[in-house]
Amino acid sequence: MTDRSPTAATALPVWSALRDALRAGHPVALATVVDGRGVGHKLLVGADPNDAPLGTLGDADLDRVVGRDLRAELAAGHTSVRHYGRQGQANQTDVEVFLEAFAPPPRMLIFGAVDFTAALARVAKVLGYRVTVCDAREVFATRARFPMADEVVVDWPHRLLASVGSHLGPADAVCVLTHDPKFDVPAIVGALATGVGYIGVMGSRHTHERRLERLAEEGVTDPADLGRLMAPIGLDIGARTPEETAIAVCAEIIALRTGRRAPSLRDGTGPIHA
Amino acid sequence: MREIVEDIERWRAAGHDVALARVVDLAGSGPRDPGAAMAVNDAGEVAGSVSGGCVEGAVVTEALDVLRTGSARMVTFGYSDDEAFAVGLTCGGTVHLFIEPLDW
Repeated sequence: MTDRSPTAATALPVWSALRDALRAGHPVALATVVDGRGVGHKLLVGADPNDAPLGTLGDADLDRVVGRDLRAELAAGHTSVRHYGRQGQANQTDVEVFLEAFAPPPRMLIFGAVDFTAALARVAKVLGYRVTVCDAREVFATRARFPMADEVVVDWPHRLLASVGSHLGPADAVCVLTHDPKFDVPAIVGALATGVGYIGVMGSRHTHERRLERLAEEGVTDPADLGRLMAPIGLDIGARTPEETAIAVCAEIIALRTGRRAPSLRDGTGPIHA
Repeated sequence: MREIVEDIERWRAAGHDVALARVVDLAGSGPRDPGAAMAVNDAGEVAGSVSGGCVEGAVVTEALDVLRTGSARMVTFGYSDDEAFAVGLTCGGTVHLFIEPLDW
């Protein structure tokens, strides 16, 4: 066993940088030599190509080639095993390197600080989302009510979406739980303007029909836009409680992402509750 | 990895040595993708997982040996009908793990 002084806890530069990036949710990628010369050697890169990589695989040219590949893997969110020559040559297999990308966690924006919000935020946290709860009503959108959320924002949905919308992508989710046209119409309009992968909207089929009329008044009539809305929100699994509904919503998000066939409430008829 | 960072930091703060096992490659069916990580400290405590529970016991043994010798290694677990008592994945896949001391 190696003898380590108490101060050794701060003396691991690559691990410390990886740890800090993971805690902050910053994109980072790590290369590890797993076979060949220099087993265990590390190279760590962030998303910014202007930042120098940390660590070394034991050869400057190998570092340059693997550093470039790491950034490409990070951009794609891939993890892979690759082979290189000792100086990074392609088509050689002297060194086997494990390239691991740590993309930032996906985001879930939940609009509406209602009963269902806390349960959905809890389940989303289990799945690894960075969760933001947003409601314009100060009395409802409080830290005390949503301690599990990463962020509680008192603001109008369309204003929050205007500020963070450009960062939303296919892995992210917007859940509109207000079922109040004053809040949910601007939230939907704002979400449709982003590249977010999932837009779920709570409310009965009847509520959604009236909502569609309000959306049409706002100029939202494109079938491609309306086709992005999962409303009523969630899979048709007979969910009743906030917790069961949260599972139905998160399962729908997974099924949409993976392209598997699972019955969404949107695609059925009749009452949505068991 | 993200889910085991705080356990690792707690162990390090308490003066423990830590070994890290990561799924590097997978052939056939397996429950955890490349990147799945598990940490083992020198007291035998475990955080995270690298399979559905099939190989974790053997990984702890290997990880403690990695801490004792200080040398990183690749370890492969697969299922074989010939070795009724060998460690493997019941789902029939083969998993390649890299196990190393957290000394970087």
